[in-house]
Amino acid sequence: MRPLLRLLTLLAALLAAPAWAQDDPFAGLAGSSFDDIRRGIETLATAAPPQAAATITALQQGALLAGPDAALYIKTQTGFLDARTGQPATPDVDALKSVRVNNSVRRAAEAAMGGLTLFAPDPTIRRSAAEAVLKSRDAAALPALARAIAAEQDPAIRTIMQQARAAATLASPDTSEPDRLAAVETLRARGDIESRAMLASLTNQSPAVIAAAATAVTAIDRMLQLWGLVQGIFYGLSLGSVLLLAAAGLAITFGVMGVINMAHGEMVMLGAYTTFVVQEVIRAHAPFLFEASLFIAVPLAFLVAGIVGIVIERGMLRFLYGRPLETLLATWGLSLVMQQTVRSIFGASNREVGTPAWMSGATQWGGITITYNRLVIIVFAFLVLAALMAALRYTALGLRMRAVTQNRRMAAAMGIRTPWVDALTFGLGSGVALSQIDNVSPNLGQGYIIDSFMVVVFGGVGNLWGTVVSALTLGIVNKFLEPLAGAVLGKITVLVLLILFIQRKPRGMFPIKGRAVEA
Amino acid sequence: MASVRKWLRGAGLAAAAVAATLTGAHNAQAQATIKVGILHSLSGTMAISETTLKDVMLMLIEEQNKKGGVLGKKLEAVVVDPASNWPLFAEKARQLIAVDKVAVVFGCWTSVSRKSVLPVFEELNSILFYPVQYEGEESQKNVFYTGAAPNQQAIPAVDYLEKEEKVQRWVLAGTDYVYPRTTNKILEAYLKSKGVKDEDIMINYTPFGHSDWQNIVASIKKFGTAGKKTAVVSTINGDANVPFYKELGNQGIKATDIPVVAFSVGEEELAGIDTKPLLGHLAAWNYFQSVENPDNKAFIAKWQAFTKNPKRVTNDPMEAHVIGFAMWIKAVEKAGTTDPSKVIDAMIGISVPNLTGGYSAMMPNHHITKPVLIGEVKGDGQFNVVWQTQGTVVANEWSPYLEGSRDLIADWRAPLMCGNFNVKTGKCGGKM
Repeated sequence: MRPLLRLLTLLAALLAAPAWAQDDPFAGLAGSSFDDIRRGIETLATAAPPQAAATITALQQGALLAGPDAALYIKTQTGFLDARTGQPATPDVDALKSVRVNNSVRRAAEAAMGGLTLFAPDPTIRRSAAEAVLKSRDAAALPALARAIAAEQDPAIRTIMQQARAAATLASPDTSEPDRLAAVETLRARGDIESRAMLASLTNQSPAVIAAAATAVTAIDRMLQLWGLVQGIFYGLSLGSVLLLAAAGLAITFGVMGVINMAHGEMVMLGAYTTFVVQEVIRAHAPFLFEASLFIAVPLAFLVAGIVGIVIERGMLRFLYGRPLETLLATWGLSLVMQQTVRSIFGASNREVGTPAWMSGATQWGGITITYNRLVIIVFAFLVLAALMAALRYTALGLRMRAVTQNRRMAAAMGIRTPWVDALTFGLGSGVALSQIDNVSPNLGQGYIIDSFMVVVFGGVGNLWGTVVSALTLGIVNKFLEPLAGAVLGKITVLVLLILFIQRKPRGMFPIKGRAVEA
Repeated sequence: MASVRKWLRGAGLAAAAVAATLTGAHNAQAQATIKVGILHSLSGTMAISETTLKDVMLMLIEEQNKKGGVLGKKLEAVVVDPASNWPLFAEKARQLIAVDKVAVVFGCWTSVSRKSVLPVFEELNSILFYPVQYEGEESQKNVFYTGAAPNQQAIPAVDYLEKEEKVQRWVLAGTDYVYPRTTNKILEAYLKSKGVKDEDIMINYTPFGHSDWQNIVASIKKFGTAGKKTAVVSTINGDANVPFYKELGNQGIKATDIPVVAFSVGEEELAGIDTKPLLGHLAAWNYFQSVENPDNKAFIAKWQAFTKNPKRVTNDPMEAHVIGFAMWIKAVEKAGTTDPSKVIDAMIGISVPNLTGGYSAMMPNHHITKPVLIGEVKGDGQFNVVWQTQGTVVANEWSPYLEGSRDLIADWRAPLMCGNFNVKTGKCGGKM
């Protein structure tokens, strides 16, 4: 907000508001229109009485209520506080209405809170305050910022405050040119997309400042372009790990049994619903466990998918071995049955699976944003992979599985009970991970079945390393094509490339060599 | 041998008797009830949205029967499941009209399902009530559109962003099919007519069920750094919304920075998301559950009692069915018959209360008048209405912003009786 504008709005507020408003900075908040409330926040922030921060925080949380005669109350867990004094109050609850909030009010509140909490004792609050002031580019905050910078001990927060001062300097009409040039330099050093936005939007500046800003924008753009590459790789890895999770189970069933299991996606879905059920139980009976809900869900999802897998294998697939077309149709039909069953039990609409706090949000690493849930999924995918590899390599079951994959008849002749191996390889707990990024609905599995087959075929049937390389390759290729060609065309391009590749190498990137016998 | 013959004769007699009772019962019932067809997907991708509409129709029919039905007869619901399969919609529509002899059909969600049943309704001359906001560019004799046309949803939303949020730069993001493509075409033309430059509009399409939004959200974030206030106008449909909003929340795009206004996200869709990170993102509809008035309160209470779920939400297409059903009842009473031709004539000019505290009227273009509301997402998955039109808005079924369609009007009253009358050529029959 430019000072002139601020002055004007203040004047307007003073003129429009009743006379007593002049000595009551809280009155505007009890107004009826969003504009009144927004101006009320600005007035309150400028006057900054002791209760201002608590009141605005309550407003942001929807806990600020207005009563008759511009009375304001903060709702707490136990009762009400008078917003002006902070003392407990007993208002007539029926006459209270929440102070309404829209985006412009929310913006004003964020900016106001920034100014009010610059000196808070808690460093995290000071940090977010500095960031809020930076975003608001409020020239009126300059004196407060200067004091805050002088008092600040934490170098990281001081840097943000200096950047905020730079933004405010550029926004203020009465700062000197050298100051402004220094400000441009500070923002350039920050170098993220927000500072780029600030530098790109400068108006009413001297030619020297504009030129400096333009060079700074180009420099930031060049940096961001480089970071874009890193970002593409991260996104690709993240998509690849999702594909890997979805396809790992398939790679094994396809490899071991040679069964085209169209119901594989539904196994993933069952995993996601297991997570949902686990969370519901936790919410109802043991809320303190919520943060750990995913860890509890993983083995359970594995169990559920495994049991269903065994039922499918024993009840249906074993009658169909050696008849791929019938298997394909039967498992496809089964996938529809499973979808509809889940729909009947849980309803057709999406179910909310909560994200634990440690998985939500993002961190800024250089020029890119890394979201925690993706990071966790990448780690999880590789953990699952490592566990799988270890199981295949070091356990008796793994040995049998490898034997069955390589030569089923020979393995059977050597006394391995191949059907049991088949049954045990069915379920994998990938649904838990997917419940964190996709919506948990009966259709969840459908979205992954095609991609999973693509991964398995591309990587080479029966080869877990092939699946890994192929999932990551497809993920990264997809993410680099997407910005160039758009999401729809990108997907088509990947499919076409894949078909061409299969034409050249029908058995995928890493076919099993040696005496693998086609059944 | 004899015993076999005897058995056969016995069986034949029994079968005949059963058949006689069945047809008898059938006839008796046919005389006593008026059948109402419900054509919503109960399985497949669209079940997520359409199942609710089936339930609300059952509730409305039950309620009407408690009031004594219509024309002295009880109503009987005939529910079929077109399973999100577009050609199956046409088959099931034919079955409803020709075999079950329903007087009217309430149904469809996607535009492609509507397009698929249109020829059937025209051929067999029946009535379809279509309850979902859609891309416009259509007006058919046998269809009544109770959802919003683009000017009853998209255009006011863009106006709101421009005026209240001072937006100058636009991302039009949609799912890749007919509704988003047409709506975005109209919006693009509209924005350009207001002087928005090419480089300030970014258009992005994604496939159905798109779940990996990292890139796109990052590019939206980047697009928003040109120093002008940026907003996203989202026609993203169905399942893709949940991962999209999750990604927005995770990448920290707040509504105070880059607001997203959605045309296909309502209370039902938000039920699957934790809405706290989405605080302040917008949706434009003609009804929100949070609208405060006695009619709406009563409707919500009835709905939650009917579904035996005190947390069950209501949404805009449900309200469209409430209005459509009330209009049909009124038209049947006015015409004194359920004969489709007479009811279609009687429909125009019918006006019934909507759930936002006003009246909606059926216009000659077979669309209804609606108020437009803009709501901001609240932490509890509901919307906080921040803006609404003074009165109701009349639908522009043919968009004035599209070349060709701006010359067309629809008027199903005599003597015009045309859904695409070209005022330039003076002929009925579309864009030349």
